[in-house]
Amino acid sequence: MPLVQTNRLHKFYGTNHVLKGIKLDVEEGEVVTIIGRSGSGKSTLLRTLNGLESIDDGTIEVDGTALVAGEGDLRALRQKVGMVFQQFNLFPHLSAGQNVMLAPQVVKGTNKREAAEIAREMLARVGLDQKFDAFPDQLSGGQQQRVAIARALAMSPKVLLCDEITSALDPELVNEVLTVVRRLASEGMTLIMVTHEMRFAREVSDKLVFMHEGRVHESGHPQEMFAQPATPEFANFIRSLH
Amino acid sequence: MMTFSLWDILRNLLNGAALTAVLSITAFVLGSLAGLAILFARISKYRAPRAFAKLYIEAFQGTPLLLQLFMLFFGLSLFGLDVPAWLAACLGLMLFTSAFLAEIWRGCVESVPRGQWEASASLALTYGEQMRHVILPQAMRVAIAPTVGFAVQVVKGTAVTSIIGFAELTKTGSMIANATYQPFLVYVLVALGYFALCYPLSWYAQRLERKFHAPRTN
Ligand SMILES: Nc1ncnc2c1ncn2[C@@H]1O[C@H](COP(=O)(O)OP(=O)(O)O)[C@@H](O)[C@H]1O
Ligand SMILES: [Mg+2]
Repeated sequence: MPLVQTNRLHKFYGTNHVLKGIKLDVEEGEVVTIIGRSGSGKSTLLRTLNGLESIDDGTIEVDGTALVAGEGDLRALRQKVGMVFQQFNLFPHLSAGQNVMLAPQVVKGTNKREAAEIAREMLARVGLDQKFDAFPDQLSGGQQQRVAIARALAMSPKVLLCDEITSALDPELVNEVLTVVRRLASEGMTLIMVTHEMRFAREVSDKLVFMHEGRVHESGHPQEMFAQPATPEFANFIRSLH
Repeated sequence: MMTFSLWDILRNLLNGAALTAVLSITAFVLGSLAGLAILFARISKYRAPRAFAKLYIEAFQGTPLLLQLFMLFFGLSLFGLDVPAWLAACLGLMLFTSAFLAEIWRGCVESVPRGQWEASASLALTYGEQMRHVILPQAMRVAIAPTVGFAVQVVKGTAVTSIIGFAELTKTGSMIANATYQPFLVYVLVALGYFALCYPLSWYAQRLERKFHAPRTN
């Protein structure tokens, strides 16, 4: 059974029908990249997966925790689904280490010493063990985003959602973040990401999902999809990238 | 006729100033506590406390402080409750302070970017945990300067309680002015008294403003 499974997922913003029956299966250890034009519903889909957006119809199931049209244990779901945002969203009043320690301490009741240990380990995973005591405004954008990844990893999520996590970065800082994601992928982390870094997406993804007007319009293996677009919309999308 | 030396005038005014200070501090401290309760009602997840807090704040912001005091002082005595002037003054200013501070603080809570709520929610924090660990610590930094600034308004607001006969600085001043026939001298001294109480607060508020308005990247 897939680790993440959505069925007939519908989402409205007022009268705007944003997700029109999404079916998505993600196996454990799989790296899935969602692509598509701006406004096609990529962010909304990711945000429903950890309950940041409610759903109007359908089901979401992550590792046995189910959400049926808004009913379900959000706290349990969110402990299994980590998220990294375009704007980093680090807590500015806390140091890098404290940012990572907070959720284990507050949500899981981990004691301070143990939480600090976890934080050091997670910061080391993103290459920032030296920055434990630095505050967010003392870090570059790339470093902040890596701390945000460490913060999400500290809760040992089953799956990590990444929504355009390099889009707010200066070009020279993009690679350090992609390197971290690449390493996570190779370590077997289940990833669902939205990105405009097409070369990177083709390189690391096991599955590519092309969204168009609130639907999964086409999905499959990245190399095959790029070589042989099955729909004119995806063909158009590829052409618009050049 | 009694004669007043300058020292007599000063001594009486200092007593009045001390009462003004005590009244200000009492109203501010109690008003802050009540204001905190109103704040939590105002930003609650539930509709009823939100509506109540909104009405409370609007009622106090939408009417003159003087009228609020009259209603307390004369209104309660209508019910047979004999409220002494000092109690009406404290109570009135406290309620006034709580409403304004709740509104100031709500603005501070809402100035925390949405991303902070989303990031903490995605880490599985509950509403209370988000408030306590993420939102309030950031809101508090923003709140310090306007809160101290509002304290200045409270000190000046205490002058209104002279109307119901509370012998704070302004009331003391008007009594002495009447007795000495030197209103200008006395009121200049009264004004200096308020300035001496308020200036340090204003200065401190401005300093805090500069300190906490350093740009942040997040
Ligand atoms: N909070 C919101 N309120 C109302 N409409 C929204 C909101 N967020 C997104 N939308 C709308 O939903 C649609 C999909 O948006 P989004 O999921 O952000 O697309 P993408 O990430 O693919 O660019 C767009 O039409 C957008 O205007
Ligand atoms: Mg988006």
